[in-house]
Order: sequence, then structure tokens, then C-alpha cells
Amino acid sequence: MSHKTLTRADLTEAVYEEVGLSRNESAALVEAVLGEISDCLVDGENVKISSFGSFLVRQKNGRMGRNPKTGDEVPIDPRRVLVFRPSQVMKDRIND
Amino acid sequence: MIKSELIAKIAEANPHLYHRDVERIVSTIFDEITSALARGDRVELRGFGAFSVKERPARTGRNPRTGDQVDVAEKRVPYFKTGKDLRERLNK
Repeated sequence: MSHKTLTRADLTEAVYEEVGLSRNESAALVEAVLGEISDCLVDGENVKISSFGSFLVRQKNGRMGRNPKTGDEVPIDPRRVLVFRPSQVMKDRIND
Repeated sequence: MIKSELIAKIAEANPHLYHRDVERIVSTIFDEITSALARGDRVELRGFGAFSVKERPARTGRNPRTGDQVDVAEKRVPYFKTGKDLRERLNK
């Protein structure tokens, strides 16, 4: 198995090759897509991308945690976390 | 928000682009991420999050209804870890 890591630059390159836009504009569009998704999630709205997956915002209650090293009790504040649920299409493609 | 709404928002902010090009751009981004994961690569988008693939070893499971043992083959599952900036923005 390879251990390559893709970044924004790779997504920009893919957009650049797909549509006849400049690299700068392609980069701005990649950023715009990530930005729109982020803004929606921050507003508390879930984002569902068909054949890719869903980003869901979950509310977690506060609880008493423990520092595993020292055993001290530490309060954990209520917080919002993001979970990604891959679509069946993505799961199938990854297991082909 | 669903994919078509995301496309509409991007199209609205970029009136000089054809709607079908915006569709292609958005699809290209998600296809590229899925293809990378299918190859076993990682996708790291600073501030947003990182996608990776985790290996689940084969195990013996049980049919919860009947209690029968069933062999579950090893599989690979996609995993997303929220980026620091987004995690902080969610809790402001």
C-alpha cells in the first residue's frame, strides 16, 4: 500500500485539469467548497454529499474525565463534535 | 445542506462560471478524495480535517438475532479527523 498524502494542492491540480480555469482560480474554488461546508457545520447544519458521505454535528454532554497518567479527575465541558459517515459508494470503492 | 445546495452556493458566488462547470468542480474535489482513499492514500486539508483509511482485521462476529458465529472478513474503512481550526470554530 502507498503512503502518499494528498493536500489542497492536489485537489487544485485536479480541478485545474478538469475545467479550463487558472490555477489561482482553481485553488480559490477548492477553498470556497471547504469554506461553505465548514460554515454550514459551524451553524449546526449537517452536510450530506451524495455518493461521498455525510458530515454530522453531534452535541456531547459534559462529563468527568480522568487523566490516564495521574488518575486525576478532570471536568470535560459539553462540546460539539463532527463525525463523518461515509456513503455506501465510498465504502465499496475503498474495499474493491 | 446537500450537494446540489453546495453547488448552488458556489455558483451564486461565481456568476462568471457556467453552472455545469461548478458541478464538475465540486464533483472533481469529492472524486479526488475518494480515489485517494481507494488507493490507500491519506488526504490532509489543514484547518478542515484529514481523511484516512483504517484497516479492520478479520474477526468472528455473531448474528445478534440467532447467536450464530459468522466470519467477518478484514476490511478497510474511511476515517475523518476534524481539523484544529474547524474543531475550535464548532465550540466558539
